[in-house]
Amino acid sequence: MERGNYILRKTAFAVVTLLAVIVFNFFLFRVLPGDPVKLIIHSPRMTREAQERIRVQFGLDKPVWVDTDRLRQGDILGALDTQFTAYVVNLFRGNLGISFTTRQDVARLLAERVWRTVVLLLGGEAVAILLGMALGLIAAWRRGTRLDAAILLWGLFSWALPTFFLGIILLILARGHLPVGGMATPGLRPQDGLSYWLDVAKHLILPTITMAIVYTGEYILIMRSGVMEVLAEDYILTAKAKGLSTFRVLRDHALKNAMLPMVTVIALTFGYTVGGAIQVETVFSWPGIGRLMYEAVQKRDYPVLQGSFLLLAVSVILANFLADLLYSVLDPRVRAE
Amino acid sequence: MAILLDVRDLSVDYLADDGTPLHAVDGVTFRLEEGRSLGLVGESGCGKTTVMLAILRLLPQEGRIVRGQVLFDGKDLLQYSEAQMRQVRWQHISMVFQGAMNALNPVRTIESQIVEALQVHSVVEHAQAARERAGELLRLVGIPPERGSQYPHQYSGGMRQRAVIAMALACNPRILIADEPTTALDVMIQAQILELLERLQAELHLSLILVTHDLGMVAEVCDDVLVMYGGVVAEYASSDVIFNDPCHPYTQRLLQAFPDVGRPGAALASIPGNPPRLDDLPPGCRFQPRCDCPRRGPICAHEPPPLTEIAPGHYVACHWVRKV
Amino acid sequence: MKFLRQFIHSPMGVIGAAMLLVVVLVAIFAPFLAPYDPYERVEASPEDILAPPDRDHLLGRDDAGKDVLSLLIYGARVSLIVGFTASFMSMLIGTTVGLVAGYYGGRIGNLLMRLADFLMVIPDLPLMLVIIAVWGRGLWKIILVIGILGWTYTARLVRSQVLSIRERQFVLRARALGASDARIILRHIFPQVLPLIIAEAVLDISVAILAESSLAFLGLGDPTLVSWGMMLNFAFERAISRQAWWFLLPPGFAIVWVSLSLVLIGNTLDQIVNPRLRTHHLFDARRMVALVTGEPPQRGVELPG
Repeated sequence: MERGNYILRKTAFAVVTLLAVIVFNFFLFRVLPGDPVKLIIHSPRMTREAQERIRVQFGLDKPVWVDTDRLRQGDILGALDTQFTAYVVNLFRGNLGISFTTRQDVARLLAERVWRTVVLLLGGEAVAILLGMALGLIAAWRRGTRLDAAILLWGLFSWALPTFFLGIILLILARGHLPVGGMATPGLRPQDGLSYWLDVAKHLILPTITMAIVYTGEYILIMRSGVMEVLAEDYILTAKAKGLSTFRVLRDHALKNAMLPMVTVIALTFGYTVGGAIQVETVFSWPGIGRLMYEAVQKRDYPVLQGSFLLLAVSVILANFLADLLYSVLDPRVRAE
Repeated sequence: MAILLDVRDLSVDYLADDGTPLHAVDGVTFRLEEGRSLGLVGESGCGKTTVMLAILRLLPQEGRIVRGQVLFDGKDLLQYSEAQMRQVRWQHISMVFQGAMNALNPVRTIESQIVEALQVHSVVEHAQAARERAGELLRLVGIPPERGSQYPHQYSGGMRQRAVIAMALACNPRILIADEPTTALDVMIQAQILELLERLQAELHLSLILVTHDLGMVAEVCDDVLVMYGGVVAEYASSDVIFNDPCHPYTQRLLQAFPDVGRPGAALASIPGNPPRLDDLPPGCRFQPRCDCPRRGPICAHEPPPLTEIAPGHYVACHWVRKV
Repeated sequence: MKFLRQFIHSPMGVIGAAMLLVVVLVAIFAPFLAPYDPYERVEASPEDILAPPDRDHLLGRDDAGKDVLSLLIYGARVSLIVGFTASFMSMLIGTTVGLVAGYYGGRIGNLLMRLADFLMVIPDLPLMLVIIAVWGRGLWKIILVIGILGWTYTARLVRSQVLSIRERQFVLRARALGASDARIILRHIFPQVLPLIIAEAVLDISVAILAESSLAFLGLGDPTLVSWGMMLNFAFERAISRQAWWFLLPPGFAIVWVSLSLVLIGNTLDQIVNPRLRTHHLFDARRMVALVTGEPPQRGVELPG
């Protein structure tokens, strides 16, 4: 079955990439110059007990990768009793270590903040996708006109614009009119119900607009070239010959066919989008995973850095995998009979 | 018999990159009577497809119809607006394009594409009834109706060709234009498609225009033949006359060039030279550079020969063919 | 080369090239253009900190009292160095991988492409961020990280080109004549792929410059050098509350200027190398019927009676 094979391949790919990321993540933080043990648990703010707990949990006095002595003795299982194994085991238990700065459980920290990044991403991406596809379609349809040139230039310009700088500009412009930092006005709490959530929504406006503007440009460019190709295909001429109006040709033939490659592209650029979220959260102090990473970089909080990287990488891999699945559903040529 | 389509002096230019007009088709004239079939033959690039596209106003962006009339049921289509043309397309005149493989949208079912034609022209509005009608059309061309819910890539080349024909018949058009309906198909399938076209013509009282470079097909299916060369009409007569009494030197060479099953060992006669380049057209007769007719004279290189009726219903464009 | 002629005819390309030239000249002649040396220590009194523009300091002063205009001029150097070097590196790696994967195909080809796929799926900025955070800051580290992670697009591009060129006549002929693989690749295939690579390289440079700016903005730039991203990092941390737009905006505009110039050039080159269709089927058909009225039938056609 064509489709079965396709799904199998994509699953294998996703799994292997996940494993590669996990291994990479582990080794990156173990190849730091200096005493690895110190780097992972050294922090004046950590209590002795916490340090001890980590030492035990992560087996920091054990060999890093493989215990060659035990291996030579023929003790294979024992040879695997290493930091790496401890790391993987902890990973599956949901234990990502403890933050240097806040002494909080990293996994908990991430779980708390992840929805904030998701909300930001969803809002920005949704607008960007809809607007980008619409403008790209129009530009391709009106190929060669000034409207097309304008849309193309806009697309190129927003591609060249650094996300964080756009954020800064909007921040300067909107100062005084819209909230420019944080998630909510100090003083309001979730318990305050609707007024709190409305306040949060207000704080979300600028970051979302920033994301939307940057990524609309990207999608405009891609949709435009995709639609151009589709509109030159024979079946479009046939549709015209059938007496369909331009609107119907665009809606019932061009759009459907051009959207397929868009699914793949949106997935591929999702990593880029996540990078943008980091910048936007930093500029607007939006307390999501991106902002967390920024703060962790500044404070050299390695466990948090490691944990957030893992989370982001895994999400992007998953997103790609889901997009691949979605594609197999949408494109009948990939489906089995 | 009533004249369904009356094309007079149709001329089409293509604008080159720098804007100069290339005279791709010049002075094409013919008629199609109800219930009869016309074969349009000529080499690749002689303008046959351009003439058909011009009739339906489906030329590419650089195309310009510069002269002529296209009278359908007495009304000149060239005076129609785009909106009016949309009413004519498919409902009255439909077309099966060259290379049917790509004429179908790959991500929609065959059925949905036929239903679309039915619904757009309000032939059948109700979805379920439309699907049933689509199934009937498929059966008409020899495709099991259940396969309508499949996608084009699941059909073989021959089936796709038949599906496209079914789709073209959806709105019961008066004229069906079939452009090279059998190229790239193997011989067995070619025969099937031809048979299908003949059958449809008889059953549905369809008027057919068959565009092809295959004379054998024309001999079998068509009542009248229009021979084109280099964008102009060389000869136009009934099929009998063209095959038994061709008068234009090009028609004669064309018939000679066709391999004759009855004489398998005979050398293939080809016509030396190449068709004229649109940006370098001979000022006189367009066939003159390749014409080896002994009666050639200086007039051939200077004056384009007018299309003259040398016998009732037999038209030739050559200075040296006299009226009978 | 006819590419050059086509390029000159494109307004977008010419404008982009002019914009880039400005930046390159500024970077090269920085010591002559900058009124002050940004690496010199400055004795700043409190009024000098984030001072607004005046006659001595056309763009005001930054949070350490240094002249913003000079910082801006010198910043061009880092951006261009990182951009060109990192992109050269990823072009080199990507082209090699693409040539090998495309020419030899089979297992090696598949393996290399899988590797490229892995790298493409992992998000760029978080990865670079984490590596630099752990490894340490520094110009060469940034160049290496950006360069080593950026080869995937080029590799894919080159590979698909090579796959189509591989079966062409002149390659088969060379093989039949007994030319070695290396020779075929270098003398026959590579020249065909080069235009594509150059078009891609230009866009790659802009990606590298944007990456460096983002990393610098997030605090991971080289602390010993002036870079636009670093300027924005300081500006954001310290100048925003003071509304010191002269410090906040110029570095950002400079980044936009240089990456836009590269994008314009790259887009133009891409159109030249990959000519795309100029028309499609859904145009406005009102001009199709352009009857030249009043003229008698040209060829004396006798309308059939």
